[in-house]
Amino acid sequence: MPENMIESRGLRRIYKTKKEKIEAVRGVDFTVDAGEIVGFLGPNGAGKTTTLRMLTTLLEPTGGNATVAGCDLRTDPVGVRRGIGYVAQGGSTDPEARAGEEIVDHARMYGIDATVAQSNGQALFDQLDLEGLWARQCKTLSGGQRRRLDIAMGLVHQPGLVFLDEPSTGLDPQSRANLWEHVGRLRSEMDTTVFITTHYMDEADVLCDRILVIDDGAIVAQGTPDDLKRKVAGDSVILSFEQQRSTVVVAELVSRLDGATDPSIEGNEVRFQVPDGASALPVLLRAMVEHDLDATGVEVHRPTLDDVFLTMTGRSLRDEAMAGTTDQAAA
Amino acid sequence: MRFLTDTWLVFSRAMRLSLRNPVWVILGLMQPILYLILFGPLLEPVASAPGFPPGSAWQVFVPGLLVQLGIFGAAFAGFGLIAEWRAGVVERMRVTPASRGSLLLGRVLRDVVVILVQGALLSVVAVAFFGLEAPVEGLAIGVVIVGLLGGAFSALSYGAALKLKSEDSFAPVVNGLILPVLLLSGILLPMSLAPGWLQTMADVNPLTHIVDGVRAVYRGELGSTDAWLGAVLTIGLLVLGVFYGGRVFRKESA
Repeated sequence: MPENMIESRGLRRIYKTKKEKIEAVRGVDFTVDAGEIVGFLGPNGAGKTTTLRMLTTLLEPTGGNATVAGCDLRTDPVGVRRGIGYVAQGGSTDPEARAGEEIVDHARMYGIDATVAQSNGQALFDQLDLEGLWARQCKTLSGGQRRRLDIAMGLVHQPGLVFLDEPSTGLDPQSRANLWEHVGRLRSEMDTTVFITTHYMDEADVLCDRILVIDDGAIVAQGTPDDLKRKVAGDSVILSFEQQRSTVVVAELVSRLDGATDPSIEGNEVRFQVPDGASALPVLLRAMVEHDLDATGVEVHRPTLDDVFLTMTGRSLRDEAMAGTTDQAAA
Repeated sequence: MRFLTDTWLVFSRAMRLSLRNPVWVILGLMQPILYLILFGPLLEPVASAPGFPPGSAWQVFVPGLLVQLGIFGAAFAGFGLIAEWRAGVVERMRVTPASRGSLLLGRVLRDVVVILVQGALLSVVAVAFFGLEAPVEGLAIGVVIVGLLGGAFSALSYGAALKLKSEDSFAPVVNGLILPVLLLSGILLPMSLAPGWLQTMADVNPLTHIVDGVRAVYRGELGSTDAWLGAVLTIGLLVLGVFYGGRVFRKESA
Protein backbone atom coordinates (compact mmCIF):
# COMPACT_ATOMS: atom_id res chain seq x y z
CA MET A 1 0.00 0.00 0.00
CA PRO A 2 1.44 3.43 -0.90
CA GLU A 3 2.23 5.75 2.00
CA ASN A 4 0.35 8.65 0.43
CA MET A 5 -2.99 7.62 -0.90
CA ILE A 6 -3.53 10.97 -2.57
CA GLU A 7 -0.89 13.48 -3.47
CA SER A 8 -2.26 16.40 -5.41
CA ARG A 9 0.23 18.80 -6.96
CA GLY A 10 -1.20 21.98 -8.41
CA LEU A 11 -4.31 20.28 -9.71
CA ARG A 12 -6.34 22.82 -11.61
CA ARG A 13 -9.37 22.94 -13.83
CA ILE A 14 -10.61 25.68 -16.08
CA TYR A 15 -14.02 25.56 -17.70
CA LYS A 16 -14.42 27.46 -20.90
CA THR A 17 -17.75 28.93 -21.80
CA LYS A 18 -18.40 31.08 -24.83
CA LYS A 19 -17.91 34.28 -22.91
CA GLU A 20 -15.32 33.54 -20.29
CA LYS A 21 -12.97 31.11 -18.66
CA ILE A 22 -13.94 29.94 -15.22
CA GLU A 23 -11.19 28.66 -13.02
CA ALA A 24 -13.12 26.16 -10.92
CA VAL A 25 -10.05 24.72 -9.20
CA ARG A 26 -7.01 26.97 -8.95
CA GLY A 27 -4.19 24.54 -8.37
CA VAL A 28 -4.66 22.59 -5.16
CA ASP A 29 -1.88 20.86 -3.21
CA PHE A 30 -2.60 18.35 -0.50
CA THR A 31 -1.82 14.84 0.60
CA VAL A 32 -3.92 12.14 2.18
CA ASP A 33 -2.05 9.45 4.08
CA ALA A 34 -2.96 5.80 3.98
CA GLY A 35 -5.52 4.99 6.67
CA GLU A 36 -6.77 8.56 7.09
CA ILE A 37 -10.36 9.70 6.93
CA VAL A 38 -10.22 13.13 5.37
CA GLY A 39 -13.15 15.49 5.00
CA PHE A 40 -13.35 17.84 2.04
CA LEU A 41 -15.49 20.81 2.92
CA GLY A 42 -16.60 23.78 0.93
CA PRO A 43 -19.65 25.78 -0.08
CA ASN A 44 -21.48 25.08 -3.32
CA GLY A 45 -19.41 25.92 -6.35
CA ALA A 46 -16.17 25.99 -4.35
CA GLY A 47 -14.60 23.29 -6.52
CA LYS A 48 -15.27 20.26 -4.34
CA THR A 49 -16.98 18.12 -6.90
CA THR A 50 -14.62 19.24 -9.67
CA THR A 51 -11.61 18.23 -7.58
CA LEU A 52 -13.22 14.91 -6.74
CA ARG A 53 -14.00 14.22 -10.38
CA MET A 54 -10.42 14.94 -11.37
CA LEU A 55 -9.05 12.65 -8.67
CA THR A 56 -11.38 9.84 -9.77
CA THR A 57 -10.34 10.18 -13.47
CA LEU A 58 -13.80 11.38 -14.53
CA LEU A 59 -12.50 14.78 -15.53
CA GLU A 60 -9.20 15.65 -17.10
CA PRO A 61 -7.24 18.29 -15.18
CA THR A 62 -6.35 21.46 -17.09
CA GLY A 63 -3.08 21.65 -15.18
CA GLY A 64 -1.11 19.96 -12.43
CA ASN A 65 -1.13 16.29 -11.58
CA ALA A 66 -1.81 13.88 -8.77
CA THR A 67 -0.83 10.45 -7.57
CA VAL A 68 -3.88 8.52 -6.47
CA ALA A 69 -3.69 5.06 -4.89
CA GLY A 70 -0.07 4.86 -6.00
CA CYS A 71 -0.75 5.57 -9.68
CA ASP A 72 -0.18 8.67 -11.76
CA LEU A 73 -3.46 10.31 -12.68
CA ARG A 74 -2.32 11.35 -16.14
CA THR A 75 -0.21 8.43 -17.29
CA ASP A 76 -2.03 5.58 -15.56
CA PRO A 77 -5.72 6.44 -15.12
CA VAL A 78 -6.67 2.77 -15.40
CA GLY A 79 -4.35 2.00 -12.47
CA VAL A 80 -6.05 4.73 -10.47
CA ARG A 81 -9.48 3.31 -11.30
CA ARG A 82 -8.38 -0.13 -10.21
CA GLY A 83 -7.25 1.18 -6.82
CA ILE A 84 -10.15 3.41 -5.86
CA GLY A 85 -13.84 3.15 -5.07
CA TYR A 86 -16.13 6.06 -5.84
CA VAL A 87 -19.56 6.62 -4.36
CA ALA A 88 -21.18 9.46 -6.29
CA GLN A 89 -23.83 11.59 -4.68
CA GLY A 90 -26.41 10.90 -7.34
CA GLY A 91 -26.63 7.13 -6.93
CA SER A 92 -25.22 4.32 -9.02
CA THR A 93 -27.86 1.70 -9.71
CA ASP A 94 -30.56 1.17 -12.30
CA PRO A 95 -34.01 1.37 -10.70
CA GLU A 96 -35.16 -1.68 -12.67
CA ALA A 97 -32.15 -3.85 -11.86
CA ARG A 98 -31.93 -6.15 -8.87
CA ALA A 99 -29.55 -5.08 -6.13
CA GLY A 100 -27.51 -8.28 -6.12
CA GLU A 101 -27.09 -8.30 -9.89
CA GLU A 102 -25.87 -4.72 -9.89
CA ILE A 103 -23.17 -5.36 -7.32
CA VAL A 104 -21.98 -8.59 -8.97
CA ASP A 105 -21.84 -6.97 -12.42
CA HIS A 106 -20.00 -4.01 -10.96
CA ALA A 107 -17.40 -6.21 -9.28
CA ARG A 108 -16.89 -8.11 -12.50
CA MET A 109 -16.00 -4.90 -14.31
CA TYR A 110 -12.91 -4.92 -12.10
CA GLY A 111 -12.03 -8.35 -13.47
CA ILE A 112 -13.23 -10.15 -10.33
CA ASP A 113 -14.67 -13.55 -11.13
CA ALA A 114 -18.34 -14.24 -10.63
CA THR A 115 -18.13 -16.42 -7.51
CA VAL A 116 -15.81 -14.02 -5.67
CA ALA A 117 -18.00 -11.11 -6.78
CA GLN A 118 -20.99 -12.92 -5.35
CA SER A 119 -19.37 -13.61 -1.98
CA ASN A 120 -17.82 -10.12 -1.68
CA GLY A 121 -21.20 -8.64 -2.49
CA GLN A 122 -23.04 -10.76 0.02
CA ALA A 123 -20.51 -10.00 2.76
CA LEU A 124 -21.01 -6.28 2.13
CA PHE A 125 -24.80 -6.67 2.16
CA ASP A 126 -24.46 -8.24 5.62
CA GLN A 127 -22.11 -5.55 6.90
CA LEU A 128 -24.21 -2.69 5.58
CA ASP A 129 -27.54 -3.99 6.89
CA LEU A 130 -28.81 -4.94 3.47
CA GLU A 131 -29.59 -8.56 4.33
CA GLY A 132 -32.51 -9.98 2.42
CA LEU A 133 -32.45 -7.26 -0.26
CA TRP A 134 -30.25 -9.13 -2.76
CA ALA A 135 -33.09 -9.98 -5.14
CA ARG A 136 -35.01 -6.73 -4.73
CA GLN A 137 -35.28 -4.22 -7.56
CA CYS A 138 -33.34 -1.08 -6.68
CA LYS A 139 -36.42 1.11 -7.13
CA THR A 140 -38.13 -0.70 -4.25
CA LEU A 141 -35.38 0.15 -1.75
CA SER A 142 -35.68 3.02 0.71
CA GLY A 143 -33.42 6.05 0.41
CA GLY A 144 -31.14 4.81 3.17
CA GLN A 145 -30.96 1.32 1.73
CA ARG A 146 -30.12 2.65 -1.71
CA ARG A 147 -27.40 4.85 -0.26
CA ARG A 148 -25.88 1.88 1.55
CA LEU A 149 -26.13 -0.13 -1.66
CA ASP A 150 -24.20 2.64 -3.44
CA ILE A 151 -21.53 2.37 -0.77
CA ALA A 152 -21.44 -1.41 -1.05
CA MET A 153 -20.98 -1.03 -4.82
CA GLY A 154 -18.04 1.31 -4.23
CA LEU A 155 -16.39 -1.20 -1.90
CA VAL A 156 -17.04 -4.48 -3.65
CA HIS A 157 -13.57 -4.67 -5.21
CA GLN A 158 -11.97 -3.89 -1.84
CA PRO A 159 -10.23 -0.67 -2.83
CA GLY A 160 -7.59 0.89 -0.59
CA LEU A 161 -9.08 4.34 -1.12
CA VAL A 162 -12.74 5.31 -1.23
CA PHE A 163 -14.22 8.62 -2.34
CA LEU A 164 -17.60 9.38 -0.80
CA ASP A 165 -19.38 12.36 -2.34
CA GLU A 166 -21.95 13.80 0.07
CA PRO A 167 -22.82 10.36 1.39
CA SER A 168 -25.54 11.34 3.85
CA THR A 169 -27.43 13.95 1.83
CA GLY A 170 -31.12 13.22 2.03
CA LEU A 171 -30.89 10.67 4.82
CA ASP A 172 -32.87 10.82 8.05
CA PRO A 173 -30.86 11.29 11.28
CA GLN A 174 -30.94 7.62 12.18
CA SER A 175 -29.68 6.51 8.76
CA ARG A 176 -26.95 9.13 8.97
CA ALA A 177 -25.74 7.91 12.35
CA ASN A 178 -25.83 4.40 10.95
CA LEU A 179 -23.82 5.48 7.92
CA TRP A 180 -21.18 7.15 10.10
CA GLU A 181 -20.72 3.93 11.96
CA HIS A 182 -20.15 2.09 8.70
CA VAL A 183 -17.67 4.65 7.43
CA GLY A 184 -15.77 4.43 10.72
CA ARG A 185 -15.64 0.67 10.34
CA LEU A 186 -14.20 0.95 6.84
CA ARG A 187 -11.01 2.12 8.39
CA SER A 188 -11.02 0.10 11.59
CA GLU A 189 -11.88 -3.20 9.93
CA MET A 190 -10.66 -2.89 6.36
CA ASP A 191 -7.85 -0.33 6.59
CA THR A 192 -9.56 1.72 3.93
CA THR A 193 -8.53 5.33 3.37
CA VAL A 194 -11.62 7.53 3.05
CA PHE A 195 -11.95 10.86 1.26
CA ILE A 196 -15.34 12.33 1.97
CA THR A 197 -17.05 15.52 0.85
CA THR A 198 -19.84 16.81 2.99
CA HIS A 199 -22.03 19.76 3.77
CA TYR A 200 -22.61 18.68 7.31
CA MET A 201 -20.24 20.00 9.93
CA ASP A 202 -21.28 17.49 12.55
CA GLU A 203 -20.53 14.75 10.05
CA ALA A 204 -17.04 16.06 9.35
CA ASP A 205 -16.48 16.51 13.07
CA VAL A 206 -17.51 12.99 14.01
CA LEU A 207 -15.93 11.16 11.10
CA CYS A 208 -12.80 12.88 9.97
CA ASP A 209 -9.23 12.82 11.23
CA ARG A 210 -8.42 15.79 9.12
CA ILE A 211 -10.31 18.40 7.19
CA LEU A 212 -9.52 20.32 4.02
CA VAL A 213 -11.53 23.47 3.47
CA ILE A 214 -11.84 24.59 -0.15
CA ASP A 215 -13.25 27.93 -1.16
CA ASP A 216 -13.30 29.58 -4.57
CA GLY A 217 -11.13 26.83 -6.03
CA ALA A 218 -8.34 26.99 -3.46
CA ILE A 219 -7.62 25.19 -0.19
CA VAL A 220 -8.05 27.83 2.51
CA ALA A 221 -7.42 25.71 5.60
CA GLN A 222 -6.49 22.22 6.63
CA GLY A 223 -5.97 20.42 9.90
CA THR A 224 -7.71 18.25 12.47
CA PRO A 225 -11.17 19.46 13.46
CA ASP A 226 -9.76 20.50 16.86
CA ASP A 227 -6.84 22.40 15.28
CA LEU A 228 -9.17 24.31 13.03
CA LYS A 229 -11.49 25.22 15.86
CA ARG A 230 -8.61 26.42 18.01
CA LYS A 231 -7.30 28.58 15.22
CA VAL A 232 -10.60 30.32 14.84
CA ALA A 233 -11.88 31.60 18.13
CA GLY A 234 -11.13 29.33 21.00
CA ASP A 235 -13.62 28.12 23.58
CA SER A 236 -16.12 30.42 25.19
CA VAL A 237 -16.47 30.11 28.97
CA ILE A 238 -19.35 31.33 31.13
CA LEU A 239 -19.03 31.41 34.93
CA SER A 240 -22.01 32.27 37.10
CA PHE A 241 -22.03 33.36 40.76
CA GLU A 242 -24.50 33.88 43.56
CA GLN A 243 -23.40 37.44 44.23
CA GLN A 244 -22.56 40.05 41.69
CA ARG A 245 -19.54 41.40 43.57
CA SER A 246 -17.68 38.10 43.04
CA THR A 247 -17.71 38.77 39.31
CA VAL A 248 -15.40 41.77 39.51
CA VAL A 249 -12.67 39.77 41.29
CA VAL A 250 -13.09 36.84 38.91
CA ALA A 251 -12.82 39.14 35.90
CA GLU A 252 -9.53 40.34 37.29
CA LEU A 253 -8.35 36.71 37.64
CA VAL A 254 -9.47 35.92 34.09
CA SER A 255 -7.44 38.73 32.64
CA ARG A 256 -4.29 37.06 34.04
CA LEU A 257 -5.02 33.86 32.04
CA ASP A 258 -2.85 33.14 29.02
CA GLY A 259 -4.54 34.07 25.79
CA ALA A 260 -7.92 34.87 27.34
CA THR A 261 -10.00 37.69 25.88
CA ASP A 262 -11.17 40.63 27.97
CA PRO A 263 -13.94 39.25 30.19
CA SER A 264 -17.37 40.78 30.08
CA ILE A 265 -19.66 40.90 33.09
CA GLU A 266 -23.36 40.44 32.56
CA GLY A 267 -25.44 40.30 35.70
CA ASN A 268 -24.02 37.51 37.84
CA GLU A 269 -22.07 36.04 34.93
CA VAL A 270 -18.53 36.44 33.63
CA ARG A 271 -17.94 35.57 29.96
CA PHE A 272 -14.65 35.25 28.13
CA GLN A 273 -12.90 33.30 25.40
CA VAL A 274 -9.74 31.29 25.72
CA PRO A 275 -7.89 29.11 23.16
CA ASP A 276 -8.12 25.92 25.22
CA GLY A 277 -10.85 25.99 27.81
CA ALA A 278 -10.08 22.55 29.17
CA SER A 279 -6.58 23.53 30.38
CA ALA A 280 -7.42 27.11 31.36
CA LEU A 281 -10.33 26.30 33.65
CA PRO A 282 -8.44 24.33 36.35
CA VAL A 283 -5.96 27.22 36.66
CA LEU A 284 -8.79 29.71 37.03
CA LEU A 285 -10.73 27.56 39.49
CA ARG A 286 -7.62 27.14 41.69
CA ALA A 287 -7.12 30.91 41.76
CA MET A 288 -10.78 31.33 42.70
CA VAL A 289 -10.41 28.89 45.61
CA GLU A 290 -7.47 30.97 46.87
CA HIS A 291 -9.76 34.01 46.87
CA ASP A 292 -12.50 32.01 48.57
CA LEU A 293 -14.81 32.38 45.57
CA ASP A 294 -17.24 29.70 44.56
CA ALA A 295 -18.90 29.54 41.15
CA THR A 296 -22.45 28.23 41.00
CA GLY A 297 -22.12 27.25 37.35
CA VAL A 298 -19.45 26.72 34.72
CA GLU A 299 -20.13 26.35 30.99
CA VAL A 300 -17.58 25.77 28.25
CA HIS A 301 -18.65 26.00 24.61
CA ARG A 302 -16.31 24.59 22.06
CA PRO A 303 -16.50 26.35 18.72
CA THR A 304 -18.22 24.29 16.06
CA LEU A 305 -16.84 23.65 12.62
CA ASP A 306 -19.61 25.94 11.49
CA ASP A 307 -17.79 28.80 13.26
CA VAL A 308 -14.61 27.71 11.52
CA PHE A 309 -16.29 27.68 8.19
CA LEU A 310 -17.89 31.04 8.68
CA THR A 311 -14.52 32.55 9.56
CA MET A 312 -12.68 30.91 6.66
CA THR A 313 -15.14 31.51 3.87
CA GLY A 314 -17.44 34.23 5.14
CA ARG A 315 -20.36 31.90 4.57
CA SER A 316 -22.20 29.55 6.83
CA LEU A 317 -22.20 25.98 5.69
CA ARG A 318 -25.55 25.48 7.30
CA ASP A 319 -27.13 27.77 4.71
CA GLU A 320 -25.43 25.78 2.02
CA ALA A 321 -26.86 22.58 3.37
CA MET A 322 -30.30 24.16 3.39
CA ALA A 323 -29.85 25.32 -0.17
CA GLY A 324 -29.36 21.70 -1.20
CA THR A 325 -26.57 20.08 -3.07
CA THR A 326 -26.54 21.78 -6.39
CA ASP A 327 -22.81 22.08 -6.90
CA GLN A 328 -23.19 19.44 -9.60
CA ALA A 329 -23.92 22.44 -11.76
CA ALA A 330 -20.40 23.71 -11.23
CA ALA A 331 -18.94 20.40 -12.34
CA MET B 1 -9.42 -10.08 -24.25
CA ARG B 2 -10.27 -7.75 -21.40
CA PHE B 3 -12.19 -5.64 -23.91
CA LEU B 4 -14.31 -8.61 -24.95
CA THR B 5 -15.07 -9.64 -21.36
CA ASP B 6 -16.10 -6.09 -20.49
CA THR B 7 -18.24 -5.79 -23.60
CA TRP B 8 -19.92 -9.09 -22.76
CA LEU B 9 -20.59 -7.92 -19.19
CA VAL B 10 -22.16 -4.66 -20.34
CA PHE B 11 -24.12 -6.52 -23.02
CA SER B 12 -25.52 -9.18 -20.70
CA ARG B 13 -26.50 -6.63 -18.08
CA ALA B 14 -28.30 -4.51 -20.70
CA MET B 15 -29.94 -7.59 -22.25
CA ARG B 16 -31.15 -8.81 -18.87
CA LEU B 17 -32.76 -5.43 -18.19
CA SER B 18 -34.39 -5.36 -21.65
CA LEU B 19 -35.81 -8.83 -21.22
CA ARG B 20 -37.19 -7.93 -17.83
CA ASN B 21 -39.19 -5.12 -19.37
CA PRO B 22 -39.90 -6.30 -22.92
CA VAL B 23 -42.62 -3.71 -23.59
CA TRP B 24 -40.31 -1.71 -25.84
CA VAL B 25 -39.16 -4.76 -27.74
CA ILE B 26 -42.77 -5.72 -28.39
CA LEU B 27 -43.84 -2.17 -29.27
CA GLY B 28 -40.91 -1.91 -31.65
CA LEU B 29 -42.09 -5.03 -33.41
CA MET B 30 -45.77 -4.11 -33.42
CA GLN B 31 -45.08 -1.00 -35.45
CA PRO B 32 -43.80 -2.71 -38.63
CA ILE B 33 -46.46 -5.37 -38.35
CA LEU B 34 -49.12 -2.65 -38.25
CA TYR B 35 -47.52 -1.21 -41.37
CA LEU B 36 -47.76 -4.63 -43.03
CA ILE B 37 -51.43 -4.94 -42.16
CA LEU B 38 -52.64 -1.39 -42.61
CA PHE B 39 -50.32 0.10 -45.22
CA GLY B 40 -49.18 -2.88 -47.26
CA PRO B 41 -52.51 -3.46 -49.03
CA LEU B 42 -52.43 0.12 -50.34
CA LEU B 43 -49.19 -0.64 -52.09
CA GLU B 44 -50.39 -3.59 -54.17
CA PRO B 45 -52.27 -1.49 -56.75
CA VAL B 46 -49.40 1.02 -56.84
CA ALA B 47 -47.00 -1.76 -57.84
CA SER B 48 -48.39 -1.74 -61.35
CA ALA B 49 -47.91 2.03 -61.73
CA PRO B 50 -45.28 3.18 -64.23
CA GLY B 51 -41.91 3.83 -62.58
CA PHE B 52 -42.39 1.22 -59.85
CA PRO B 53 -39.13 -0.70 -59.39
CA PRO B 54 -38.80 -4.35 -60.35
CA GLY B 55 -40.17 -6.98 -57.97
CA SER B 56 -43.53 -7.48 -56.28
CA ALA B 57 -45.11 -4.92 -53.98
CA TRP B 58 -43.99 -6.89 -50.92
CA GLN B 59 -40.44 -7.28 -52.22
CA VAL B 60 -40.26 -3.51 -52.41
CA PHE B 61 -42.16 -2.75 -49.25
CA VAL B 62 -40.75 -5.22 -46.68
CA PRO B 63 -37.10 -4.08 -47.11
CA GLY B 64 -38.29 -0.55 -46.40
CA LEU B 65 -40.05 -1.68 -43.25
CA LEU B 66 -36.97 -3.59 -42.13
CA VAL B 67 -34.72 -0.57 -42.53
CA GLN B 68 -37.26 1.59 -40.74
CA LEU B 69 -37.36 -0.92 -37.90
CA GLY B 70 -33.58 -0.83 -37.62
CA ILE B 71 -33.33 2.93 -37.62
CA PHE B 72 -36.25 3.73 -35.37
CA GLY B 73 -35.53 1.11 -32.75
CA ALA B 74 -31.91 2.18 -32.55
CA ALA B 75 -32.18 5.94 -32.87
CA PHE B 76 -34.22 6.19 -29.69
CA ALA B 77 -31.86 3.98 -27.70
CA GLY B 78 -30.23 7.15 -26.41
CA PHE B 79 -33.24 7.85 -24.20
CA GLY B 80 -32.39 4.76 -22.18
CA LEU B 81 -28.82 5.94 -21.81
CA ILE B 82 -29.93 9.36 -20.54
CA ALA B 83 -32.00 7.57 -17.89
CA GLU B 84 -28.98 5.47 -16.97
CA TRP B 85 -26.80 8.54 -16.82
CA ARG B 86 -29.29 10.25 -14.54
CA ALA B 87 -29.34 7.23 -12.25
CA GLY B 88 -25.54 7.45 -12.01
CA VAL B 89 -24.98 4.12 -13.75
CA VAL B 90 -22.81 5.53 -16.55
CA GLU B 91 -20.53 7.39 -14.18
CA ARG B 92 -20.29 4.40 -11.87
CA MET B 93 -19.11 2.30 -14.80
CA ARG B 94 -16.69 4.96 -15.95
CA VAL B 95 -14.71 4.80 -12.70
CA THR B 96 -14.07 1.09 -13.21
CA PRO B 97 -11.06 -0.03 -15.24
CA ALA B 98 -13.43 -1.36 -17.93
CA SER B 99 -12.66 0.02 -21.37
CA ARG B 100 -14.78 3.00 -22.41
CA GLY B 101 -15.37 1.38 -25.78
CA SER B 102 -16.92 -1.68 -24.15
CA LEU B 103 -19.36 0.52 -22.21
CA LEU B 104 -20.65 1.68 -25.59
CA LEU B 105 -20.32 -1.55 -27.57
CA GLY B 106 -22.03 -3.74 -24.97
CA ARG B 107 -25.10 -1.54 -25.20
CA VAL B 108 -24.95 -1.32 -29.01
CA LEU B 109 -24.71 -5.09 -29.18
CA ARG B 110 -27.87 -5.44 -27.12
CA ASP B 111 -29.72 -3.20 -29.58
CA VAL B 112 -28.33 -5.16 -32.53
CA VAL B 113 -29.55 -8.44 -31.04
CA VAL B 114 -32.99 -7.00 -30.37
CA ILE B 115 -33.21 -5.67 -33.94
CA LEU B 116 -32.01 -8.96 -35.41
CA VAL B 117 -34.77 -10.81 -33.57
CA GLN B 118 -37.39 -8.24 -34.57
CA GLY B 119 -36.17 -8.25 -38.17
CA ALA B 120 -36.26 -12.05 -38.36
CA LEU B 121 -39.78 -12.13 -36.92
CA LEU B 122 -40.94 -9.44 -39.34
CA SER B 123 -39.51 -11.39 -42.29
CA VAL B 124 -41.18 -14.60 -41.15
CA VAL B 125 -44.53 -12.85 -40.69
CA ALA B 126 -44.24 -11.20 -44.09
CA VAL B 127 -43.49 -14.52 -45.79
CA ALA B 128 -46.07 -16.55 -43.88
CA PHE B 129 -49.03 -14.18 -43.92
CA PHE B 130 -48.48 -11.59 -46.61
CA GLY B 131 -47.20 -13.58 -49.52
CA LEU B 132 -43.69 -12.10 -49.59
CA GLU B 133 -41.56 -14.17 -51.95
CA ALA B 134 -37.82 -13.90 -51.59
CA PRO B 135 -34.89 -16.33 -51.47
CA VAL B 136 -33.93 -17.46 -47.98
CA GLU B 137 -30.39 -16.12 -48.26
CA GLY B 138 -31.83 -12.81 -49.43
CA LEU B 139 -34.08 -12.67 -46.37
CA ALA B 140 -31.14 -13.53 -44.10
CA ILE B 141 -28.82 -10.93 -45.62
CA GLY B 142 -31.60 -8.38 -45.33
CA VAL B 143 -31.92 -9.03 -41.60
CA VAL B 144 -28.15 -8.88 -41.07
CA ILE B 145 -27.85 -5.59 -42.94
CA VAL B 146 -30.63 -4.13 -40.86
CA GLY B 147 -28.93 -5.37 -37.68
CA LEU B 148 -25.69 -3.63 -38.64
CA LEU B 149 -27.57 -0.49 -39.61
CA GLY B 150 -29.28 -0.59 -36.22
CA GLY B 151 -25.85 -0.85 -34.62
CA ALA B 152 -24.73 2.27 -36.46
CA PHE B 153 -27.76 4.27 -35.39
CA SER B 154 -27.69 3.05 -31.82
CA ALA B 155 -24.02 4.06 -31.47
CA LEU B 156 -24.79 7.49 -32.94
CA SER B 157 -27.78 7.78 -30.65
CA TYR B 158 -25.76 6.90 -27.52
CA GLY B 159 -23.08 9.37 -28.49
CA ALA B 160 -25.58 12.18 -28.99
CA ALA B 161 -27.46 11.25 -25.80
CA LEU B 162 -24.34 11.31 -23.64
CA LYS B 163 -23.35 14.59 -25.19
CA LEU B 164 -26.73 16.25 -24.61
CA LYS B 165 -27.70 14.50 -21.36
CA SER B 166 -31.28 15.71 -21.48
CA GLU B 167 -34.37 14.19 -23.06
CA ASP B 168 -35.60 17.67 -23.88
CA SER B 169 -32.70 18.44 -26.16
CA PHE B 170 -32.17 14.88 -27.38
CA ALA B 171 -35.74 14.30 -28.62
CA PRO B 172 -35.84 17.19 -31.12
CA VAL B 173 -32.40 16.24 -32.45
CA VAL B 174 -33.46 12.65 -33.10
CA ASN B 175 -36.85 13.54 -34.53
CA GLY B 176 -35.41 16.36 -36.58
CA LEU B 177 -32.82 14.09 -38.17
CA ILE B 178 -34.69 10.83 -38.53
CA LEU B 179 -37.82 12.09 -40.25
CA PRO B 180 -36.13 13.74 -43.28
CA VAL B 181 -33.69 10.84 -43.52
CA LEU B 182 -36.59 8.40 -43.67
CA LEU B 183 -38.65 10.48 -46.09
CA LEU B 184 -35.68 10.86 -48.41
CA SER B 185 -34.84 7.17 -48.49
CA GLY B 186 -37.79 5.76 -50.40
CA ILE B 187 -38.67 3.50 -47.52
CA LEU B 188 -42.44 3.67 -47.86
CA LEU B 189 -42.77 4.44 -51.56
CA PRO B 190 -39.87 3.81 -53.90
CA MET B 191 -37.99 6.90 -55.01
CA SER B 192 -38.30 5.85 -58.63
CA LEU B 193 -41.81 7.31 -58.41
CA ALA B 194 -40.45 10.69 -57.32
CA PRO B 195 -39.89 13.81 -59.43
CA GLY B 196 -36.33 14.55 -60.49
CA TRP B 197 -35.37 17.02 -57.74
CA LEU B 198 -36.59 14.65 -55.03
CA GLN B 199 -34.67 11.77 -56.57
CA THR B 200 -31.51 13.84 -56.61
CA MET B 201 -31.90 14.65 -52.93
CA ALA B 202 -32.59 11.01 -52.12
CA ASP B 203 -29.50 9.90 -54.04
CA VAL B 204 -27.31 11.74 -51.53
CA ASN B 205 -28.89 9.81 -48.66
CA PRO B 206 -27.01 6.57 -47.96
CA LEU B 207 -30.21 4.99 -46.64
CA THR B 208 -31.72 5.15 -50.14
CA HIS B 209 -28.98 2.86 -51.38
CA ILE B 210 -29.19 0.60 -48.35
CA VAL B 211 -32.93 0.07 -48.91
CA ASP B 212 -32.25 -0.52 -52.61
CA GLY B 213 -29.55 -3.01 -51.64
CA VAL B 214 -31.97 -5.02 -49.49
CA ARG B 215 -34.55 -4.90 -52.31
CA ALA B 216 -31.91 -6.29 -54.66
CA VAL B 217 -31.09 -9.25 -52.40
CA TYR B 218 -34.82 -9.90 -52.03
CA ARG B 219 -34.96 -10.28 -55.82
CA GLY B 220 -32.08 -12.73 -55.54
CA GLU B 221 -29.47 -10.37 -57.02
CA LEU B 222 -26.88 -11.10 -54.37
CA GLY B 223 -23.82 -10.00 -56.31
CA SER B 224 -25.36 -6.92 -57.92
CA THR B 225 -23.95 -3.41 -57.61
CA ASP B 226 -27.04 -2.36 -55.65
CA ALA B 227 -26.48 -5.14 -53.11
CA TRP B 228 -22.80 -4.37 -52.67
CA LEU B 229 -23.34 -0.64 -52.42
CA GLY B 230 -25.95 -1.18 -49.73
CA ALA B 231 -23.67 -3.48 -47.74
CA VAL B 232 -20.63 -1.20 -48.01
CA LEU B 233 -22.63 1.88 -47.00
CA THR B 234 -24.08 0.02 -44.01
CA ILE B 235 -20.65 -0.95 -42.80
CA GLY B 236 -19.44 2.60 -43.42
CA LEU B 237 -22.25 3.99 -41.27
CA LEU B 238 -21.48 1.43 -38.57
CA VAL B 239 -17.83 2.44 -38.47
CA LEU B 240 -18.80 6.10 -38.37
CA GLY B 241 -21.34 5.52 -35.60
CA VAL B 242 -19.00 3.49 -33.40
CA PHE B 243 -16.20 5.99 -33.96
CA TYR B 244 -18.38 8.93 -32.96
CA GLY B 245 -20.05 7.15 -30.04
CA GLY B 246 -16.73 5.79 -28.81
CA ARG B 247 -15.20 9.23 -28.91
CA VAL B 248 -17.99 10.71 -26.80
CA PHE B 249 -17.75 7.85 -24.29
CA ARG B 250 -14.02 8.37 -23.94
CA LYS B 251 -14.10 12.12 -23.66
CA GLU B 252 -17.35 13.15 -22.13
CA SER B 253 -17.39 13.73 -18.42
CA ALA B 254 -20.52 11.77 -17.77
